[in-house]
Amino acid sequence: MTEEDVTLAVKDIIQTVAPDEDVASLDPSKRLREQIDLDSMDFLDIVMELRKLYGVQVPEEDYKELATLAGCVRYLHPKLAGKTLHCATSV
Amino acid sequence: MKYDAIVIGAGMSGLAAALRLSQHDQRVVVLEKHELWGGLNSFYTLGGRPFDVGLHALTNYAPPGKKGAPLTRLLRWLRIKHEELRLGEHALSEILFPGARLEFTNDFARLESEVERLFPSERAGFAALAEWVRAFEVREDAPPAPSARALLAEHLREPLLCEMILLPVLMYGSAREDDVDVQTFAILFRALFLDGLSRPEGGIRSLLNLLVKRLKQNGAELRTRAGVKRVLVRAGRAHGVELESGEVLEAPVVFSSAGWVETMALAGEHVPRAEVGRLSFVESIWVLDCAPAELGHRAATGFYSTVPHARYRRPDGLVDAHSGVISSPNNFRAEKPLKEGILRISVLANHARWKALDGAQYAEAKQRASEEAAAAVRTYLPEWRGHAVFQDIYTPATIERFTSHAGGAVYGSPKKHLDGGTGIAGLYLIGSDQGYLGIVGAMISGVAMANRHVLMKLAGRAEAPVS
Repeated sequence: MTEEDVTLAVKDIIQTVAPDEDVASLDPSKRLREQIDLDSMDFLDIVMELRKLYGVQVPEEDYKELATLAGCVRYLHPKLAGKTLHCATSV
Repeated sequence: MKYDAIVIGAGMSGLAAALRLSQHDQRVVVLEKHELWGGLNSFYTLGGRPFDVGLHALTNYAPPGKKGAPLTRLLRWLRIKHEELRLGEHALSEILFPGARLEFTNDFARLESEVERLFPSERAGFAALAEWVRAFEVREDAPPAPSARALLAEHLREPLLCEMILLPVLMYGSAREDDVDVQTFAILFRALFLDGLSRPEGGIRSLLNLLVKRLKQNGAELRTRAGVKRVLVRAGRAHGVELESGEVLEAPVVFSSAGWVETMALAGEHVPRAEVGRLSFVESIWVLDCAPAELGHRAATGFYSTVPHARYRRPDGLVDAHSGVISSPNNFRAEKPLKEGILRISVLANHARWKALDGAQYAEAKQRASEEAAAAVRTYLPEWRGHAVFQDIYTPATIERFTSHAGGAVYGSPKKHLDGGTGIAGLYLIGSDQGYLGIVGAMISGVAMANRHVLMKLAGRAEAPVS
């Protein structure tokens, strides 16, 4: 997956987990929690979707890497190399 | 058959728990004793007309995206868009007592100004009460203070105002007679007054259809006429259920919305009958040839009492119509108005008395009960009975059939179990006996227990955040 694909993959998962939110206009460098009011359970959903869709395990000590969209892409890009993008939503 | 989780009861909490689990690829089956799903909030058709059973209003209304609101959290967890619920807010509702009427809307300031108008000296006390509720957080480690009456008396001096604020809270969710613990009070005060009332367009069917459709899309099973005979327990751990048909289903986790007393009985444990709820209702439904608003009745919900001290206890007779709830689904906003006018009046009823009647007595008693209810609200409603084109009445026996709750107890047992624990590993309570109330509350109960007892463990986290 390219960086753009990883961005799409992450946005798609966020849109799945938070269907009422405007994911398209997320600011990549701002904290996700501040932009779309994610609580710890929502965060866990994102992690579980990553595992379900791409077989990626995110250990709890790495959750802090996922604070922003840019952080997610930076952290997940190497882990998603060689995987195929699946999008469930129209982000 | 082997599953990851079994859910007993296809009410709001059971459907929500199963939907939540199925989103995470858990193999789930929902077992419903009745032929229909919905539990207390179900539906039926009579004379070609659709009727809702429990639903008067969906409390805990929140506009789309309102941060921190219970509805927003619930929708997020179930991955449902706000617009899919097609909620219509009430224009107004009312609390009716002899010589005193308070109006409220989904704008809390309206109730505050109504209180100030009727009880000028109580403005500050009422604001402080609301502030107390806003700051209240559900805590599992401290037993809640027992009496909302005592809490009201701390903030308000006018006994009539205390009664008027308490009545809607009791009617919409107290499993105890004449009072409620402060935690339930806080949850319901918020649900009714701070958040507010709405109705899904199309009634409870549209919400249920949405939940069931999603469940099936996710591969979960919903089995009706599948009553559970026992919960199978070995060495203090639940490992499945046996159905009334003798079929055995296995799963390491069983969620039960059957109620505290009922669930423990299924697991072979004895619980004192004193913990069975005592409160049930008779509801009379009139179908009208015009909308209630055309007769001058504009309130969506009316909590009424014909006596200054509201009565919220099991009557000695079949019913007690001194206090009750008037519901008019036409008076919620909707894109398409209902075809006919509907007026529903719920009054407290004695389950044992209804169960003791034979067929002919039962039919006659229903008629008499609805006459009593109609007579009680005469001063609070414009004349409507000349406009009635159809009538139905349901009783505690009906509620028992839909909910399987002993005694037709609408709000379950007075004993709540906030962590869902039953003392048996792998067996967890959801629904009214877990502690959340109302349609949104029941669904939150199912989701929160699924999060806590399954999903957090899947994710390898020991500590679950509470709802």
